[in-house]
Amino acid sequence: MLDQTRKPLVRVRDLKMHFPIHAGLLRRRVGEVKAVDGISFDVMEGETLGLVGESGCGKSTCGRAVLRLYDITSGEISIDGREIGALSQGKLRPIRPTMQMVFQDPQASLNPRMTVEAIIREPLDEHTKLSAAEKRDKVAELMDAVGLNRNFAKRYPHAFSGGQRQRIGIARALALNPKFIVCDEPIAALDVSIQAQVVNLLEDLQEQFGLTYLFISHDLSMVRHIATRVAVMYLGKIVELAPREALYRDPLHPYTKALLSAVPEPDPALARSTERVILKGDVPSPSNPPKACNFCTRCPAVMDICKQIDPEYQEVQPGRFVACHLHTDPTTTAG
Amino acid sequence: MPNVAAPVLDVQGLKTVFKTRGGEVHAVNDVSFSLKPGELLGVVGESGSGKSVTMMSLLGLLPSPPADIRRGTVMFDGKDLLKVKPQTLRAVRGGQIGFVFQDPMTSLNPVYTVGMQIMEPLRKHMGLRKAAARNRAGELLELVGIPDARRRLDDYPHQFSGGMRQRVMIAIALACDPKVLIADEPTTALDVTIQAQILDLMLELREKLGMAVIWITHDLGVIAGIADRVLVMYGGQIVEHAPVQDLFRDPQHPYTRALLKTIPTISGERAKRLTVIEGQPPLMMDAPASCPFRARCDVAFDRCARENPPRFDVGHGHDAACFYDARTGGPRNA
Ligand SMILES: Nc1ncnc2c1ncn2[C@@H]1O[C@H](COP(=O)(O)OP(=O)(O)OP(=O)(O)O)[C@@H](O)[C@H]1O
Ligand SMILES: Nc1ncnc2c1ncn2[C@@H]1O[C@H](COP(=O)(O)OP(=O)(O)OP(=O)(O)O)[C@@H](O)[C@H]1O
Ligand code: SF4
Ligand SMILES: [Mg+2]
Ligand SMILES: [Mg+2]
Repeated sequence: MLDQTRKPLVRVRDLKMHFPIHAGLLRRRVGEVKAVDGISFDVMEGETLGLVGESGCGKSTCGRAVLRLYDITSGEISIDGREIGALSQGKLRPIRPTMQMVFQDPQASLNPRMTVEAIIREPLDEHTKLSAAEKRDKVAELMDAVGLNRNFAKRYPHAFSGGQRQRIGIARALALNPKFIVCDEPIAALDVSIQAQVVNLLEDLQEQFGLTYLFISHDLSMVRHIATRVAVMYLGKIVELAPREALYRDPLHPYTKALLSAVPEPDPALARSTERVILKGDVPSPSNPPKACNFCTRCPAVMDICKQIDPEYQEVQPGRFVACHLHTDPTTTAG
Repeated sequence: MPNVAAPVLDVQGLKTVFKTRGGEVHAVNDVSFSLKPGELLGVVGESGSGKSVTMMSLLGLLPSPPADIRRGTVMFDGKDLLKVKPQTLRAVRGGQIGFVFQDPMTSLNPVYTVGMQIMEPLRKHMGLRKAAARNRAGELLELVGIPDARRRLDDYPHQFSGGMRQRVMIAIALACDPKVLIADEPTTALDVTIQAQILDLMLELREKLGMAVIWITHDLGVIAGIADRVLVMYGGQIVEHAPVQDLFRDPQHPYTRALLKTIPTISGERAKRLTVIEGQPPLMMDAPASCPFRARCDVAFDRCARENPPRFDVGHGHDAACFYDARTGGPRNA
């Protein structure tokens, strides 16, 4: 349950990450992809914030920007009380250990020429002054923590199944005792039973080490299982953020409604009969987003105002944020 | 679906082994299935069960060594694809048989633009000229729902998100109006609304072009929504095969039953902890002499350790490779 006394570990305000578009012979800058376009949220200490939304809406960019894997366009990011939005990469180095990332594709993110032991040890080599023996012990401990047999330490990644490889990635992310981990679709490529193993593992580790997660996923049923609160993104912006139960029981934003209705039902009779909101209309491009509400080109509930005024992202019920004219108080949008 | 039609693709007794320093890996053991025109065949199964290796074997995409296709026939268009000349196979692949393989990060070439990569099969298999190919490439990218598609033809793969790269792969596979599309987890990086659009596109193409589809996925919701028939793989074998309704309503194999229990749901009671199938998958170092699921099976008995169960017909186009009869709750009389 959401514990109101918890304090935010991560605080993001009006974060923007725009990528330049170059074209022509001289590769002139002709515009920009507004991958993340002004988003604000907190991640409370010890919670899991789920991040869902359409492919290409900026989830990975958001996760990477929050960890400062990019030099951001603008905005504030504070982690554990320290403002890191504008820090240089050199100044970030000592802070890096507290924040880590687990990637979607374990295959591509593990060096095939390194043994499992070397992969997990790499961050220790880079950021600590532990002795060789201490490192060996730490690696063995980490392998235990993620449920990998210590005897596999000398094996190479290709000898492991997808689920085991994902554990290697998690063990490496844990090596420096981080507080905050961004999981970018950590289970997308795994089979259901192994997905369940990895999610159970992430939950155990969270309990054991008091970890805080930003959990990016397309799998809305998994997010329902793991997340404390859920943020829904559309075209570079957060359109809704709410505690898990409230969001699934009573989604407020029309995009959230469409998203939840499109979840495939694992039952052929239901799957073929349930009413789905199929989104029609043009999918706008992040280099040329609509002038007002980003969802107005596809929204089933679109009104005139939606094409004129960008709805403000605001708290409409305690703990529930939404950016939609259907839910904004007319007195606040009048101006 | 015309049930009487001759299959477009017919695979019999396929066996693929990898020779590695540590010994052999029996990745695919005696796999047989067929695909009718316009049919949508779903394939599910545990990670490492041989789904990808089966499909790569029949398209001749596995480097040999280490792969060794020991036995089997793959009939397509009157020819056995395991016996034809390499250039014949190359002409079929990416032309009449389109395919999308797992892991779009590594399947697209980072040094060519997305447009060039979609145009390649159009020029190679359909002989289109550059301008026509570019035009068609733009159409295809629009078809898979990429916003601002024509401008994005000149982008490189790293400028696309994970899900967008996956849709580029689908566009390439569909480029030459294939008779058969083999799609290996093509939507893992897509959100549900775009996945729904892609699935609708598949159903539309099968109506319009009579395209048959093999769809490999871990997502049982997708299978429930679009498949006509389903293959369930475990330990390099097909352990169950059924029309989609029967598979979900009346699963016969203990692995399938366990698998259906592991799905978390979007509605209803939220489980405190997710269910997993306990135990480890088989090592597959030898040709199986016993049931590969035995060590994890909750109803295994002595016979399961002595023989590898064949696929038993349980009626209505449904079969299961198991000595236990789920309907009577005892050993099978066979
Ligand atoms: N390095 C880059 N240069 C230019 N554009 C980029 C770059 N990285 C991402 N983009 C663009 O930014 C947008 C957001 O991409 P991002 O990878 O964050 O999406 P996502 O929400 O993670 O999508 P998916 O669910 O498909 O992984 C996309 O339009 C993408 O093309
Ligand atoms: N080059 C190789 N050398 C040795 N073994 C291999 C090789 N390629 C695949 N295998 C083995 O063959 C088996 C089948 O692999 P395959 O990739 O077909 O599984 P899959 O069912 O597609 O799994 P996933 O759902 O994880 O994609 C696995 O046990 C794998 O380890
Ligand atoms: S054959 Fe035996 S061990 Fe194998 S699945 Fe059936 S009952 Fe279980
Ligand atoms: Mg992403
Ligand atoms: Mg595979």
